[in-house]
Amino acid sequence: MIRAGVCYDRAPVSDKPFRVLPRVTPENEHFWRGGERGELCFLRCAACHTYAHPPSPVCPRCYGRELAPEAVSGRATVLTFTWNHQPWVPSPDHPYAIAIVEIEEQVGLRLMTNVLRVTPETLRVGLAVQVLFEQHDDVWIPLFEPRSA
Amino acid sequence: MRRETLERRAAITGIGQSDVGRRLGRDPLALTLDACLAAIADAGLRPSDIDGLATYPGAMGGAPGFTGAGITDVHDALRLRLDWYSGGLERPGQLGCVIDACAAVACGYARHVLCFRSVWEGTAQGKGGRAGIGVGGGAGGRGFRASGPTMEFTLPFRAYSAANWIAMFAKRHFHEYGTTREQLAQIALNARRNAAGNPKAIYREPLTLEDYLGARMISTPFCLYDCDVPCDGGTAMIVSHVDAARDLRRAPLRVEAIGSALRGRPSWDQFDDLSTMALRDAAAMMWERTELRPSDVDVAELYDGFSFIALAWLEALGFCPKGEGGRFIEGGAAIARDGQIPLNTNGGQLSGGRLHGFGFLHEACVQLWGEGGARQVPNGPRVAVAAAGGGPLGGCMLLSRA
Repeated sequence: MIRAGVCYDRAPVSDKPFRVLPRVTPENEHFWRGGERGELCFLRCAACHTYAHPPSPVCPRCYGRELAPEAVSGRATVLTFTWNHQPWVPSPDHPYAIAIVEIEEQVGLRLMTNVLRVTPETLRVGLAVQVLFEQHDDVWIPLFEPRSA
Repeated sequence: MRRETLERRAAITGIGQSDVGRRLGRDPLALTLDACLAAIADAGLRPSDIDGLATYPGAMGGAPGFTGAGITDVHDALRLRLDWYSGGLERPGQLGCVIDACAAVACGYARHVLCFRSVWEGTAQGKGGRAGIGVGGGAGGRGFRASGPTMEFTLPFRAYSAANWIAMFAKRHFHEYGTTREQLAQIALNARRNAAGNPKAIYREPLTLEDYLGARMISTPFCLYDCDVPCDGGTAMIVSHVDAARDLRRAPLRVEAIGSALRGRPSWDQFDDLSTMALRDAAAMMWERTELRPSDVDVAELYDGFSFIALAWLEALGFCPKGEGGRFIEGGAAIARDGQIPLNTNGGQLSGGRLHGFGFLHEACVQLWGEGGARQVPNGPRVAVAAAGGGPLGGCMLLSRA
C-alpha cells in the first residue's frame, strides 16, 4: 500500500479555507477519518471485492452483507472539473477547482473533491492525481494534487 | 408485454399563473392561491370541483423561498374536499407531481387534480444575492454538519451550488464532444430573445454574444447568463380525466406520454455518463410510450436552470444526436421561434424567471392553445414537450392538441 501525502505538513492552519464538515457516523468514519493515517478508505465487499461508495450496508453488486473498510492507493484520474469563481462563502482563494475523480482501483469509483496545486493551464480532464488530506477538527478531507511521475 | 399507457386518459384543462417578479414582497401563499384560482377558473371549474391536489416539493425546511406553499396550505385555504393528494421532493423532477396526477386521474382516484408550484426566492434572497438564500440549499451556520448522500459528499469540497455540480456535466460534454461556450451561449441568447415577447419575463432587454462572453464567471464553463434568475411567482394547472374534460371551457390538451425513468444512479456525481444526466432516462421512457417521434414535436419547453441542462434535454429527447447539441444550437437558428424546434418560447428560467419547472409546462400549454401573443410559435403547434429537472432529477411530458 502506498501511503498518501499528508497536506497539513505543508499547509499551515491559516491557509485552510472554510469548509462545511461532514457529520461523522460509524458508517462513514473510515472515509472521513482514514486520512489521519494517510489512508483513503472505501467499504469493500468480502465476497465479490466491489468497492461501495457512498458507504452502504449492502454490496451494490452481489448484495452481500460483509463489507469492510479498505485503503486504496489514492491514485485517481480527473473525469471532469469546474473552477468555482462565485464567492458562495467569502474566501481569499477564488477561483478554486472542484472535480470528480475516478479512483484507480475500480471503474466508477468516484469522488467529488478539490484539486490543489493546479492552474487553468495544468488542470485537464484525464489528469493523473494523488490524494492528500486536509484536517479540520475531527475529519480529514480527501483532496487531490497532480501526481508526480 | 407492451406496457399500458394510461396517461392518455389524462388531459390538461386549465392553467394559471400569479404575478412574476424579482422581489414582489408578497405573501407566498397568496401568490400560490392566485395561480391556483386562475387555473381553476381557466378550466371553467370551481374550487368545489377539485378533488385532487399535487405539488412539488410541498412544505419543507431548508432554503428560504424554495417553496411558497404545501399541500396542507392550499387544501385548507380553499377548503377543498380531496380524494387524492401528493406533495414531496423525492420524485422525477418538478413535474413529477403532475405525472403522478395523470396516474391519479387514470386510476380514478380523482377527476380534476390541481397541480401547483410556487417560489419566492427573489424576495428571500433580499439584497444578499444567491448567498442570501444559503449555502448548499440553506445549509450553513456554526456547527452545521453536512449529511445525506448529496450534501455529505459535495459541501465539504466547497461545491455549494448546483451551479458547480451541473458545470461538471457541461465540462465533460465540452471535453467529449468539443462543445464550446459560444455554442452554449445560444441557449441564453435564445431565451432572452423570446423573453422580449413575454410581459412577465424578468429580463427582457437584448443580450448579445459579446455581453455573454464578457459576463463574470460563476463556475466554469458557466458565466452569469448560464444561470437562471431567482424570482417570486406561482404556477398551476389542472389535470383532468379525459371523460371529465370534454365539456369544460377549453379544448383539453391530451397527455400523450410521460417520462419518469431514472435507470442510472440517483446522484450528482455517480451517474454513469457525466456528459448527460437522469433526463436521458426520462426522455427515453417517454418515447417508449408513444408512436410520436421527435420530428412530430412543434415546440419544446426544456428546463434551463443552467443553460447546459436544456442542451442535454435537446439531445436526450432526440432533437439532435448525442454529442451534437453544441453544433445543433450553434448560431441559434434551429431553436429560434421559427426554427426546427422552437425552444423556451417564454424566455425559460434564464430570462423568464426561476419558476422551477412548472413554467415550462405552463408555456407548453400556452403555445398549444395559441395564446403566446408576440411569442407565439407560428402555424398552430399541435405537439409540445415540457421537461424539467437536471442532475439526478428529470421528468417530461408530451402533450398534444386534439
